[in-house]
Amino acid sequence: MKLWNKLMCYSRRHSPWLFHMNGGSCNGCDIELVASLSPRYDAEQLGVRLEGSPRHADILCVTGPITHNAVEAIKTVYGQVYGPKAVVAIGSCPATTNVFIESRTLAGPLHKHIPVDVFVPGCPPRPDAIILGVAKAAEILSERAAKKLPAGDAAPVIVGACEANCASGAGCACSEAEKKREAETKEVQA
Amino acid sequence: MIPPEILSSLTTALARLLIFPGLIFAIPAAWFFLWVERKAVARMQGRIGPPFMQPFFDFIKLLGKDSPQRSGVSGLLMRAWPLIAVSSAAGAVGLLPVLPASGGFQGDLILLLALLELPSMCIIAAGFSSRSIFGEIGSAREAVLSVSYNIVFLLAILSIAASQHTFSLSAMALLPASPLRLLGIVALLVCLPAKLHLNPFSLPNAEQEIYSGPMTEYAGPELAMWELSHGLEWVAATGLVATLIAPAFTLWWVAALVFVALSFAIVLLLSVVASATARLQIDTTVRFYWQCTLIFAVLAVAAALFMRLKA
Repeated sequence: MKLWNKLMCYSRRHSPWLFHMNGGSCNGCDIELVASLSPRYDAEQLGVRLEGSPRHADILCVTGPITHNAVEAIKTVYGQVYGPKAVVAIGSCPATTNVFIESRTLAGPLHKHIPVDVFVPGCPPRPDAIILGVAKAAEILSERAAKKLPAGDAAPVIVGACEANCASGAGCACSEAEKKREAETKEVQA
Repeated sequence: MIPPEILSSLTTALARLLIFPGLIFAIPAAWFFLWVERKAVARMQGRIGPPFMQPFFDFIKLLGKDSPQRSGVSGLLMRAWPLIAVSSAAGAVGLLPVLPASGGFQGDLILLLALLELPSMCIIAAGFSSRSIFGEIGSAREAVLSVSYNIVFLLAILSIAASQHTFSLSAMALLPASPLRLLGIVALLVCLPAKLHLNPFSLPNAEQEIYSGPMTEYAGPELAMWELSHGLEWVAATGLVATLIAPAFTLWWVAALVFVALSFAIVLLLSVVASATARLQIDTTVRFYWQCTLIFAVLAVAAALFMRLKA
């Protein structure tokens, strides 16, 4: 029984199937999500598969600032994903509504509507940051399932784009803005 | 008391169904072939691809997911389809005449063809009983596709069987190579991508158009069973062609080794073709099978009957 649980935990970590949901995104993050499956980044090495049906998925990837139109759809799709499941908010939009903040067409940010496990900030985030976020979400999901905890019990994790990308420490143009945005994200969550 | 000859044939049949080429061999082989397919596609696209144990991890993970609440007759049916598909695909693998002198009976070819056909029947039924619009479109496509390729598939098998006047698989596997048999094998290979839902005939599960087709409403352990049945279909369909290609061996381990190597080569070939092609439209596919391929199959059957008349 213990061995079986261990195997299950390991399998859940190594086989995250994604469902991608656009909540009014400008398509920038959608392109980066698809790019993370492309030959250069090849997320399939981690067992990632982009699924056609939310019923098959483990991880729901949401992009965009969540328009009023998208809210009900996102809640429905979140309900259609069977547990254990996790949610990754890709880009700055679902985290803070980004530059569209206080727009009357928006109902965001995302965590007002469904529990979010991982935020991947960036406008758009780099594919390697997205892969890091998905791997983190798979880990959270398997640990949560092992402890039989409900979704959204723990504080969400923010996967920084800069540590993942700038191994040189050269400090790319995004780093300051990214830190500010992360602080904002934390503020909104608090 | 059971007579000894019945007992021995019973144990052979059970050993074939459960050990080789049955379940104990077929399930790991199914996962292996699923991996080979994904890996070959990845290599063709210049990626590294999934790790070796990936289909196994996927299977275990799916077993551990919550399963949907289903009620009523349609719920019962939806639970039953994947199980029927898995068991019939496993039965088809068990019937393959891999080992020399492994027993078999007159007419087991017909049983094998029926068992090979059952998973796709189950897919059609599953899509319609899921009541999802995507499932229904996928099922309709699968039905049209299965009508198109099955004529060619059955005629190809029939031409080989008719030329030698036998419906026994082991007798067919023992036959020497002939041009007619080669033609039949090529016709079978042309049908395999459609049977296994691969590009360019991956219409029923075209995920850019109809999400996951008939599988859209399936989740958790039921989906795991579908994945397994798909893998077993790989083993059975490639194994059927492999047994037709392989020459007869007297040593059982040589026969087993050659069988595995040939199946592997066919899987590789199909995956490479799948990754090098794009999906065709449904009417193009149907036209391909009815107009371009059927004529060869009819010619093959005619030639087989002619050969019988001459002999």
